[in-house]
Amino acid sequence: MVSLSLENITHAFDGKIAVDNVSLRVDQGEVVCLVGPSGCGKSTTLRIAAGLEEVQQGRVIINDRVVGGDGHHVPPELRGIGLVFQDYALFPHLRVLENVAFGLADDRSGRERRATAQAMLDKVGLGHLVEAFPHTLSGGEQQRVALARALAPKPSLMLMDEPFSGLDIGLRDRIRDDTLSLLKESGTATLLVTHDPEEAMRMADRIALMRDGRLVQEGRPDRLYSYPDGPFCCTFFSNVNELESVVENKSVQTPLGILDARGIVEGSTVNVLIRPEAIHLDETASTGFDPQATVSTTATVVESRVLGPYSLVYVRTVPEGPVFEVRLAGTQAPESGSRCRITLDPSQTFVFPAVSG
Amino acid sequence: MTTVGDTARTVLAPVNRRFRLNRWGIFALLVAGMVAVPVLVVFSFVFVPATDVWYHLASTVLSRYVVNTLWLVAGVSIATLVTGVGAAWLVTMCRFPGRGVFEWALLLPMAVPAYAVAYTYAGMLDFAGPVQTMLRDLFGWSRHDYWFPEVRSLGGAFMMLGLVTYPYVYLLTRAAFLEQSVCVLEVSRTLGRGPWNCFLRVALPLARPAIATGLALALMETLSDFGTVQHFAVDTFTTGIFRTWFGLGDPAAAAQLAAILMVFVFAVLFMERWSRRAARYHHTTTRYRPLPGYQLRSWRALLAAGFCLAPILFGFLLPASVLLVWAIETSDTIFTRDFMDLVWHTILLAGVAAAIAVAIAVILAYGNRIGGSRLTTMGSRIASIGYAVPGSVIAVGVLLPFAWIDNSVDAWMHGTFGISTGLLLSGTIVALLFAYLVRFLAISFNTVEASLAKVTPNMDSAARTLGARPSKTLLSVHAPMMWGSLLTAGLLVFVDVMKELPATLIMRPFDFNTLAVRTYELASDEQLAEAAGPALAIVMVGIIPVVLLSAAIARARPGQPPA
Repeated sequence: MVSLSLENITHAFDGKIAVDNVSLRVDQGEVVCLVGPSGCGKSTTLRIAAGLEEVQQGRVIINDRVVGGDGHHVPPELRGIGLVFQDYALFPHLRVLENVAFGLADDRSGRERRATAQAMLDKVGLGHLVEAFPHTLSGGEQQRVALARALAPKPSLMLMDEPFSGLDIGLRDRIRDDTLSLLKESGTATLLVTHDPEEAMRMADRIALMRDGRLVQEGRPDRLYSYPDGPFCCTFFSNVNELESVVENKSVQTPLGILDARGIVEGSTVNVLIRPEAIHLDETASTGFDPQATVSTTATVVESRVLGPYSLVYVRTVPEGPVFEVRLAGTQAPESGSRCRITLDPSQTFVFPAVSG
Repeated sequence: MTTVGDTARTVLAPVNRRFRLNRWGIFALLVAGMVAVPVLVVFSFVFVPATDVWYHLASTVLSRYVVNTLWLVAGVSIATLVTGVGAAWLVTMCRFPGRGVFEWALLLPMAVPAYAVAYTYAGMLDFAGPVQTMLRDLFGWSRHDYWFPEVRSLGGAFMMLGLVTYPYVYLLTRAAFLEQSVCVLEVSRTLGRGPWNCFLRVALPLARPAIATGLALALMETLSDFGTVQHFAVDTFTTGIFRTWFGLGDPAAAAQLAAILMVFVFAVLFMERWSRRAARYHHTTTRYRPLPGYQLRSWRALLAAGFCLAPILFGFLLPASVLLVWAIETSDTIFTRDFMDLVWHTILLAGVAAAIAVAIAVILAYGNRIGGSRLTTMGSRIASIGYAVPGSVIAVGVLLPFAWIDNSVDAWMHGTFGISTGLLLSGTIVALLFAYLVRFLAISFNTVEASLAKVTPNMDSAARTLGARPSKTLLSVHAPMMWGSLLTAGLLVFVDVMKELPATLIMRPFDFNTLAVRTYELASDEQLAEAAGPALAIVMVGIIPVVLLSAAIARARPGQPPA
């Protein structure tokens, strides 16, 4: 069942287009991450879905009801949505319990509302802090109160605007996982806005990538990572080694070997993007042939750094030539100056027609 | 790319919300319209054919009004600039004994209405006053043996006004100096400039917009003043309006005088708006560090302390002490039935005016926040020029249309039903409250708006998505968060209404006296000592916001840990 559907949303501020013909849907129980660099229009899209911005062009449909567009504007308080902000926006003059009970309908008795709020707070593990004021809580606690407050009225749609970016890195992963399981448990549809590709990969059932107000690509996280539509999507989700080449004989020549041109017109310039983990190093430099690898060559290690769970190695195939970044698992990185055999994993190597101009 | 943008703009234009109105917007425009009425009425009288009275005024007193007003403006400018800027520089950049006290005590003269200061000096310095009596006793002089400056003069008037208005310049200049961050000054020191050179070539030019704003506020007070110039017999527009209205009974000529006064006011208002805009570009950094302070020693320290003490002594300590002594001398007149009536009337008027002004300010500011159209913003800007308009001008601008309404209703009722309704609005508390609202709405609006701006818009969004309507959001989220500021706004209006003399004097209902009016009446009868009781009451209440302001200053000092 479709919970939220944005249809051809276009939005401008003072004549400047912020959101350009965006269509997106979120199903019940699904977490969709709207991701992109800052200023790409993702937050505006979220605000339009929430009803905090009036639709200028297009339609917003929540649970089969047009709530924006076609001359309608249902104000946010009547849309049955939950919203979590980057700064949490907890009401500073209300205690934790009162914050969570704020959105519970007035027709319920005070006791009933308190009980619901208490239950929600127990669920996020803050049952002991009901009497506290927001400013006395840690960042992680405030985030969970904000989540409990948004979930308490049982919204059919959750909208989250960079909900984790205010947290310490150590805390972030745990809170993200807790949040995800709560959202899944409640079965609500979630649209989460973030600028962090890793967060999107981690949280999303589906990712929608935005750039300059437009939707660039949409799909499952692994699809976006492994089958990017263009260089932007490819570079957004990881570091890449970038170089330029020309298609000759249906293949592309690179310092790391020859790649398939993937049907790009003969003689045209192409962008070659190679993920650091696509380059495999073999220090023993044995001549054994790896049937999995399509291309291979030798390289000199320029520099190598152990970063803990993985190591970064910089290699060069020709003297004074371009330096490539290689990412290896573990701490066993080859020393600088040593020579290695290189094999290239074509599934993490991409060839796109060069963008003219 | 431009073509894409342009077509999109034309397509999107019909749903552009900038000029759309909702209930909040309509309210904002309505209030703005009502507040603008008095000023518009006054200006409309420029087109009314001049009367004989006007020609008489023009040929006799008008030039004197203009000359006196210009002299007052010039004198007050010099007095407030020297005192305000000098004191601000000393307390922010130098270290000398008593600096911590001067920092807030320099605001104290704001608590005393100019007319109260004028009465005390008149009482002290005139021929029968204690100073001249003492001199005569000491040296055995008699009346014609010596020369003594006449305090009831133009010079006296600008001294009095300068003494109570310099805190505006001081307050804003001090804030500007603090904001300048030491960095700019340190850089100029390392580039080989001495302290004086720094002050003149870096600090002063950077603070210029703030100084201009402070001066504009001081001059608005000066142009509005009625009590001082009336008592010192200095003919200006405010006294002229009063006399033309009551003495000569010519409202049209009074309105025409008011229109000329408004030209002066608009010049000052323009200066203020311009300097506020310029101030934005003079902000050098957002990083603060404690100001180092030049340590002053021996005679320099003494001089600095003396410079700061003088305005406090003459602007507050001395007049307040004199009022206190007089009040004690005449204490038998204070705790009377009549005096209690005065207090009650004053509290009633000021309290109701404050409550209305705050309520309307909240709705205006909140409407602006959620409605946010250009029309409502413009409306609230118009609604906030009232603070520049002198009370006497507002009185004329309110009474004329109210009288017209009364007469029209009366004529219609008389013609239709044969009943005479008489005066429904003019001469009632309603008219007076309306005048206060026009004059003081800006004060409450600015306070409320600043406080509302501190609440992140995400609060609104959070409340709205949790099912609260805008009005509920206002009541259950914003109002409790802004409670302190609402009280402050109310208090500021309360004190200003209490001090306001000309509007109250002209518009009060028959036999309805307030502390300010009573002070004025007694002083006019040369019962200066008897006037001290009500005047002291005004000062005592007026000191509350000054104390709050001082406390806020002591607390919030950029770059320094809260005390």
